[in-house]
Amino acid sequence: MHETAVAQSLVEIVSQEAHNRHARPIRAKMSCGQLNAINDESLSFAFEAIAEGTPCEGVKLQIVHKPLEAKCGTCGHVFAVDFSNVKCPDCGGGDFELLPDAPLLVEEIEFEGWDDGEG
Amino acid sequence: MEKVDIGKKVLSANEAYALKNSQLLAQHGTPCFNLISSPGSGKTTLLVRTITDLTGTLRIGVIEGDIQTDIDAQRIRAAKAPAVQINTEGGCHLSAAQVSRALKELPLDRLDMVLIENVGNLVCPAAFELGEHGKIVVLSVPEGDDKPAKYPGIFAKSRVLLINKIDLLQGGAQVDFDLQRAKVDARRLNKSIEIFPVSAKTGEGMQDWYAWLTGQIRR
Repeated sequence: MHETAVAQSLVEIVSQEAHNRHARPIRAKMSCGQLNAINDESLSFAFEAIAEGTPCEGVKLQIVHKPLEAKCGTCGHVFAVDFSNVKCPDCGGGDFELLPDAPLLVEEIEFEGWDDGEG
Repeated sequence: MEKVDIGKKVLSANEAYALKNSQLLAQHGTPCFNLISSPGSGKTTLLVRTITDLTGTLRIGVIEGDIQTDIDAQRIRAAKAPAVQINTEGGCHLSAAQVSRALKELPLDRLDMVLIENVGNLVCPAAFELGEHGKIVVLSVPEGDDKPAKYPGIFAKSRVLLINKIDLLQGGAQVDFDLQRAKVDARRLNKSIEIFPVSAKTGEGMQDWYAWLTGQIRR
């Protein structure tokens, strides 16, 4: 359940951004690669629990999974890796190199202004 | 309503600590490796044997990560190496901040190398950089040869794969484990991974691992 630590960081980052802008966060979009093994259900559950009582309470979390790519050692084709059957879709070769996985990223936050007009 | 592009790494707080750790280690010229495996793969036994066999060659300090107890740190200290125990109290991985505090307790000036034994888990520790120079994944024979295929993340990210408990493969094969399959699957994920089949119990294969390890201190 490393999703708990990820959720904790998410809440801190979104809260800080909200504080900086004097705005209320409504929705947050994050992206992740495949190798960090993020389970959407676990992350959403942890985020909701940790967000309670913070500026992130009620924020809708959107999680986007970026494909892990590999470069074929035979023909050079770059393709999305499917671990259940890894071979080049172009030449069928099984010799490939994994390209760097996408990091865990807060991509976008949607805000609305504070009700008390502080912003 | 306002949409704002953020582009901030979620684990940036952890990465800041990891950077501090790697800078501290670089100041002392001390390489550091992060050992990751399932519970029970024999990481501590492997460390104890490595420390004992390399006494006089390589001064190793150890950071032990466990949910509870300091059993592992006691075993390392019994082998006459300095050890700091971190108890995560439920946490499934070590964080760079925890390692940062532990590094302060190690006599870095008198060490050639720091080895971190992460919490037993093949998934979560792979996601958290600690400031180490490389990850070492330990897979023991009874766990099965399908682990590289099932847990690709850690095998893709590691510099070394230690296949431990190979003594169980001899004398009428007490467990089914296809060494070749594990190697092929691991290399498929990671072309440059160094693979050492070892037995920390009998000492078989350990010399190759020691040669790799001592080779890291001249970098």
